Amino acid sequence: MKTFNYHSTKDVKEATKLASSSSAFLAGGMTTLPSMKLGLASYKDIIDIKRIKKLSGIKVSGKTVTIGATTKHAEVAHSKEVKKAIPSLAALAEGIGDPQVRNRGTIGGSIANNDPSADYPSACIALNATIHTNNRKVSAEKFFTGMFETSLKKGELIEAVEFQVPEKSCYKKYPNPASRYAIVGVYVAKHKSAVNVAVTGAKSCVYNDENISGALSKSFSSSALDNVKISSSGMNSDVHASADYRANMVKIFAKKAVEAC
Amino acid sequence: MASLVGSRVERKEDKKLLTGRGKYTADVTFAHQTYAYFVRSPHARAQLKNVDISKAQKASGVVAVLTGKDIANDKIGGLIAGWRIKSEDGSDMKVPAHPPLANESVNYVGDHVAVVIAESLDEARNAAELVKVDYKILKAVVKTDKAMDSESIYKDIPKNLCFDWLLGDRAKTQEAFDKADKIIKIDLINNRLIPNAMEPRAANADYNPSTEEITLYTTSQNPHLARIIISAFNGVAPENKLRVIAPDVGGGFGSKIYPYAEEVVCSWASKKIERPVKWVADRTESFLSDCHGRDHVTHAELAVKNDGTFLGFKNETIANLGAYASVFGTVTPTYLFGPCATGVYKMPAAYSNVKAVFTNTAPVDAYRGAGRPEATYTIETLVEKAARELGMDPAEIRMKNFPTEFPFQQTLVHSVDSGDYNAGLKKAMEVGDYKGFEARKKESESKGKLRGVGFCSYFEACGIAPSAVVMSLGCGIGLWESAEVRFNPTGNVTVFTGSHSHGQGHDTTFAQIAADRLGVPLENIEISHGDTDKGPFGYGTYGSRSLTVGGTAIVKACDKIVAKGKKVAAKMLEVNESDVEFKDGEFIVAKSNQKKTIGEVAFACYLPGTYGEVKSPLPEGEEPGLKETSFFDPGNFSFPAGSHICEVEVDPDTGNTEVVKYTAVDDFGTIINPLIVEGQVHGGLAQGIGQALYENCHYDDTGQLVTASYMDYTMPRADNFPEFNLGFTCTPATSNPLGTKGCGEAGAIAAPPAVMNAVMNAVGTEVSMPATAEKVWKACQKMNKSNSKAA
Repeated sequence: MKTFNYHSTKDVKEATKLASSSSAFLAGGMTTLPSMKLGLASYKDIIDIKRIKKLSGIKVSGKTVTIGATTKHAEVAHSKEVKKAIPSLAALAEGIGDPQVRNRGTIGGSIANNDPSADYPSACIALNATIHTNNRKVSAEKFFTGMFETSLKKGELIEAVEFQVPEKSCYKKYPNPASRYAIVGVYVAKHKSAVNVAVTGAKSCVYNDENISGALSKSFSSSALDNVKISSSGMNSDVHASADYRANMVKIFAKKAVEAC
Repeated sequence: MASLVGSRVERKEDKKLLTGRGKYTADVTFAHQTYAYFVRSPHARAQLKNVDISKAQKASGVVAVLTGKDIANDKIGGLIAGWRIKSEDGSDMKVPAHPPLANESVNYVGDHVAVVIAESLDEARNAAELVKVDYKILKAVVKTDKAMDSESIYKDIPKNLCFDWLLGDRAKTQEAFDKADKIIKIDLINNRLIPNAMEPRAANADYNPSTEEITLYTTSQNPHLARIIISAFNGVAPENKLRVIAPDVGGGFGSKIYPYAEEVVCSWASKKIERPVKWVADRTESFLSDCHGRDHVTHAELAVKNDGTFLGFKNETIANLGAYASVFGTVTPTYLFGPCATGVYKMPAAYSNVKAVFTNTAPVDAYRGAGRPEATYTIETLVEKAARELGMDPAEIRMKNFPTEFPFQQTLVHSVDSGDYNAGLKKAMEVGDYKGFEARKKESESKGKLRGVGFCSYFEACGIAPSAVVMSLGCGIGLWESAEVRFNPTGNVTVFTGSHSHGQGHDTTFAQIAADRLGVPLENIEISHGDTDKGPFGYGTYGSRSLTVGGTAIVKACDKIVAKGKKVAAKMLEVNESDVEFKDGEFIVAKSNQKKTIGEVAFACYLPGTYGEVKSPLPEGEEPGLKETSFFDPGNFSFPAGSHICEVEVDPDTGNTEVVKYTAVDDFGTIINPLIVEGQVHGGLAQGIGQALYENCHYDDTGQLVTASYMDYTMPRADNFPEFNLGFTCTPATSNPLGTKGCGEAGAIAAPPAVMNAVMNAVGTEVSMPATAEKVWKACQKMNKSNSKAA
């Protein structure tokens, strides 16, 4: 690992002031630190944001669940309020990584990294999330822009993620047997106005599958998907799963999610 | 006194290991320590045009930067192939030079180019980035089955062929095939695996310029072998000036039997810079540069009669050796593979032909089972296919061909001293409730799952012996084992063994043997191993040899102690030696209450005279002290055997396959410690099931290792396994006085065919290892299509 300056602050303004073109915010460090150790990334300044109190915590109102950026996966998984309002969101958090990751990793870190196989981005899309940063609010749809890419600007800091409470929802994933990241993860959420079907793991970036969500908006049942064709075009292909396999799993796991709703 | 042999004694070593008090090579740090970081080739095949170290030499904290030129100038020898194999035409195998640091070319990703030694690891690693290597990249040879048709990697090794070896009789086998009612054929790949010991490899070499002695701490299964190779072949230091210590070692599975380039380089470099040099592999280096296992491409045929009787067997295999011939790389696909190829069956005629090839991948060497898993996978999937094609029950076809008389002269080499294969298979069917399979299958179907059952009956040959025979087959070492049993004056005992424990539990099992033999309490016995300065030369631990060979040496040394003890006790008791009997730690005079304990006798041996209360003159001509050494060279291998039955459930929608029931019934002869043996079976099964369903080493077409981390290399985890049902049968081995047979590799040998036969039974078509979800899903799709066509 290359040497770097370590800053720890209790204040969002100070954190964003310290940010530069060669800095990184550090929350759980579940991706940043291994990347630095492996020499894949190096920064002049690491700005630790874990001590900023306002970035952590869970607030549930009637229609929304708002989770602070540095809230750990384990906290979401075990939150009674989240389990009551959006049980699928707590279940998703319970299924991320392993106990060590769940007790260090944060929601803000996960969505800022936007790993194509991460779980949380699918929750953001399915649950019409709004991402609150230090200077604006962005819809999830506009937030995730590509593989490991988001609309965050340099030095912009996620403060919280606000999820819309759906009528019913479920997240089902087929984990990579080695890493246990999603080979395919499908988050189905039935809102009053429409159904969202967010897919992670299958393509370079999380997306809402309009063919599936369209069919489910007409009839919310797994049989409604029987004749939906999923194209493998643009799907990831690697040693664990080909594009064709992933395309098929998107449909299978969408069905499983609907059945479990 | 109750016998300790056969009792479930908890492992003495676990308190230390489980509380973090073990001492591993990485825990050893010397004063004035330096740290080594290796510059490794990022290319699978390239010529080294230039290695520019000038910038790295000037970097902060750098003590030395050494290259292949330096190692050549100092005339340090290359790494060796330990077993010479001859081709069918009588010619010697062809092996390339393997310098510890590359001089002219690099031949796999991870090959060693230079070493940077610095005051800290960070400084060494940062300076390594400044070493500028000018590579002329060449087209890599990667695939096992394409290697012979590719450009030669080494100019004097045509077709990349190391040897073309034959065991058996082609003509006789063809005659048998000509008489067959049916010929069953398979083509299979035995997938390449990466050993993944929990503790990565490490070395710390400390040269003392005053005594000119090197002390090398290393992660070795075999410190004595490391010492002789680094001394006699690499020429780093004379044997008497090289002490090798393998302290606690966190698993090896074969990958730590022999020294690698890093140990040679650290030892040599320490001498050069006159400071200790420490290297600890990171996990990526382990993936890239530990020797890998398996990697065979096989075509095999079985000739059968319509009633299921086997007539003959043919095996044509291409074995991938990787870029260089590693120490046991050449014996693994030959003498450890070919003789076991016909399995547990009467087979009138057979041959095994193995072509071993070089590729631009990491060297391949022994990995848990070494050759025998590959042999067993071939014959057992072939036998199961024969059963399917003949419409026979898989148990019935096996029993029809089992030998019933022992010793059993197996077709190709082995004379199997003992066994009862029918008893093992019958017991497995009982323990695993084979009768209830159809009912369980229906239950799975009601949940939308496909259920399959698969068998494997195996035998294996372990504790390779005798030395004279294996040496005549090209082996560069003897395969006996040593023990020294030393009574301390106060009556407790230290036992030195030339074998090595890196997870096997020798501290406990060996102590049980000595405690029983000497009548000394278990807690008064210490087992010592892993240090060439302590105890006699030995051959380490691998191939399930330690108990049958090393344990027997302990028995023999204990018997010598008792023999001397009798003489001393007779003198102390003033009776004839012939009147003294030894039982439960006491020398007793027959038909009297006169006796001396072995502790009293030991004390007498160290105080041979009269002094105050002490009255213990030794018999005339007897030397003082109580310490005996034995070297045991067994007359034969030991041949454990067994039958395993696996049941899997397949989700046809996803192809996800789960082992839902696993039964292993093994015959390991006499069992010293059932707790440890069960642990060995569990571990072997985890690795065997891992090979069948999860693990796969994958190089891309350019020779880059795709599965170079746990993100992509699927290590099985606890939640991948059901509770294992274990059972045992016992036919004691006749080749050693304990009656024991090796148990360490059985699970890894038997599980892959048992699991794969179950998968193929579930989906109804052939699937290759590892049976990943996608492969199984595709097989299910194919069967759906063919079923709907048939309908």
